[in-house]
Amino acid sequence: MKDMNKPAADTNGTTADARKRTADTNRPAPRKPALPGRVLRTAGGLSLRLDMRAFAVVVLLVVAALCASVVLIGTGDFPIPAADVLKTLVGNGDPGQEFIVSELRLPRVLVGLLVGAALALGGAVFQSISRNPLGSPDVLGLAQGATAGALVVIVLFSGSALAVTGGALVGGVVTGLLIYLLAWKRGVHGYRLVLVGIGVNAIATAVNGYLITKADLVDAARAVNWMVGSLNGRDWSQVWPLLGLCVCLVPLVLGNARGLRMMEMGDDASYALGVRVERVRMLLMLAAVLLTAAATAAAGPVAFVALTAPQLARRLTRSPGPNLLPSAFMGATLLIVADWASQRAFGADQLPVGVVTGILGGVYLLWLLVTERRAGRI
Amino acid sequence: MIVDSPPEQRAAAPAAASPKRHAVRAAGLLVSLGILVLVALASIAIGAKELSLGEVWHGLFHDTGTYGDVVVGERLSRTVLGLLAGAALGLSGAVLQALTRNPLADPGLLGINAGASAAVVTAITFFGVTSVSGYVWFAFLGAAAVGALVWFLGGSRSATPVRLALAGTAISAALYGYLQAVMIMDNAALGKMRFWTVGSLASATDETIEQVLPFLAVGTVVALFLARPLNAMAMGDDTARALGADLNRTRALSMAAATVLCGAATAACGPIVFVGLMIPHVVRSFTGPDLRWILPYATVLSPVLLLGADVLGRVVARPSEIQVGIVTAVLGGPVFIYLVRRRRTTQL
Repeated sequence: MKDMNKPAADTNGTTADARKRTADTNRPAPRKPALPGRVLRTAGGLSLRLDMRAFAVVVLLVVAALCASVVLIGTGDFPIPAADVLKTLVGNGDPGQEFIVSELRLPRVLVGLLVGAALALGGAVFQSISRNPLGSPDVLGLAQGATAGALVVIVLFSGSALAVTGGALVGGVVTGLLIYLLAWKRGVHGYRLVLVGIGVNAIATAVNGYLITKADLVDAARAVNWMVGSLNGRDWSQVWPLLGLCVCLVPLVLGNARGLRMMEMGDDASYALGVRVERVRMLLMLAAVLLTAAATAAAGPVAFVALTAPQLARRLTRSPGPNLLPSAFMGATLLIVADWASQRAFGADQLPVGVVTGILGGVYLLWLLVTERRAGRI
Repeated sequence: MIVDSPPEQRAAAPAAASPKRHAVRAAGLLVSLGILVLVALASIAIGAKELSLGEVWHGLFHDTGTYGDVVVGERLSRTVLGLLAGAALGLSGAVLQALTRNPLADPGLLGINAGASAAVVTAITFFGVTSVSGYVWFAFLGAAAVGALVWFLGGSRSATPVRLALAGTAISAALYGYLQAVMIMDNAALGKMRFWTVGSLASATDETIEQVLPFLAVGTVVALFLARPLNAMAMGDDTARALGADLNRTRALSMAAATVLCGAATAACGPIVFVGLMIPHVVRSFTGPDLRWILPYATVLSPVLLLGADVLGRVVARPSEIQVGIVTAVLGGPVFIYLVRRRRTTQL
């Protein structure tokens, strides 16, 4: 699923391939493959290593995300049974439910799915690049940078919701570029990236605090609400730009997954293996920054999804490497379930989803610490 | 996350320190003290109403109740709190960095700030505490509780740097979610908390200082006495044990001292994160890795940063002011990034 292992089919490659194949046939006994998974070969000479466990995890997560979405659409002040939700989604519902589902709740769920997937994918890329399970965009200042952009619009200009979205997008992208440029010194080393990110994070946090103290109480309340991250009142105008960006960026990220995976072995090794390290890193960082900024612009800086989703996915697939696709689906599922939990636990639209993901994320990390400690792994 | 630099690199400098170098460092410490006195005087003299040095002198030593004397009195408690909180934050940052062998360690990263903040929000919102002297105790308890929790979750007796840092991050993130939930549900809490959570010296009173002074004094003394065993621990656990250091006692005392220092400072003036992260890095760049020098230097230079930032915040936004926590972060951030780029900061 994740690792497309296509031998080069061009003229230069065929001879090498042929030589390799003869070498393979000369080998006395077939060795057990070092990597988990099954190799699929097509008649055309293409081969594909399929990690069955990762594949199953992705399928399960997709199913879970879809089920959670249906349940979430049915949840609210006007509950709708799951069967009716499905009926309405395929176009056979009654008009009242039709309006609630397709105008009010479906866009909210779609924004949730996209935001969760985008945050988690950005998180997986950043964690892999910084080679650090804590090196996710929210720790490295991207979320705070996007927040600063949004707060400038809210506090200084009292701007519209659309302007706030724009401000967050600009803030996130500028912060990402700033971190990359400041961390650049004959290449971007993972550790320098983390440190620079933490420095930028501190500055952005301070700026945000200042903006909130400068605001009047109404604007401050609006700002704090935005800062937690919420899916309340999201409509189709948020879905389309986010979807468009994801359609462009997700294939770009997945296409570079191989390079990213090799880069986890270190810059020198991956360079020797033919990965153009800085180029791949810059492309992936740019994509991750855009994904994170767009997600933050749509829903606010939802805490912990970028941090936990890749780690949870990794634990489910038990596979090394960035686990990009499982992470994305894990993020989508996580956010939808968290939104459902926040509505069930606190009543509709009382507490935004960011509060739940924040608390859940903290509990997850504690659980992780306790279990890992018992297993003696950390 | 944790870069374990080769122990011999860290251990090299103390052994190489000659008497001459000691003299230079002692002189440097005196110079730093001189700078601190100058900054403290500036902190009393500069503000919405400028005072001459003569007026400051008059207010400090011949208080006769003139207008200038009243201003000096107001600014004196603020300056004293800045001195105390700055020293406490810098010292706790230095101790935490040595303890976790982690250049990123900082009271904020280990969740102690968040613990104090959450406790203060709880006090204001649910217990109706309104005065600083009231929630000082809550903040201190919160910091201590989170410190203990981090210590326990980090593996207590077998604590490793990674575990401590992870535990701190986990707890502060969860507390952050709790804080925001409270601030969203209660606009009154938001009105009060938004000024406290950025870190400010503006609300300093003599009462606040009296409340936190005992904790800060004990914490400072304990921290300064930890320099030698922490030095030994820098060479690796086995070497430290061979040198006679009691690892568990040192770890527990370091954590306790850092918690007390940071908790009390946070209680008095809100979470000020960057001082504890930055000053030890700055100090290390000219003292080398010997904690017997780093800790005193950090104690003296951290208030210089904090008071300087406070003065700057008053000058820049006159007649209003920018809170000191914001100024330290905005000033300290670029310096920190510069240090990261210039030196091999991955080594501690």
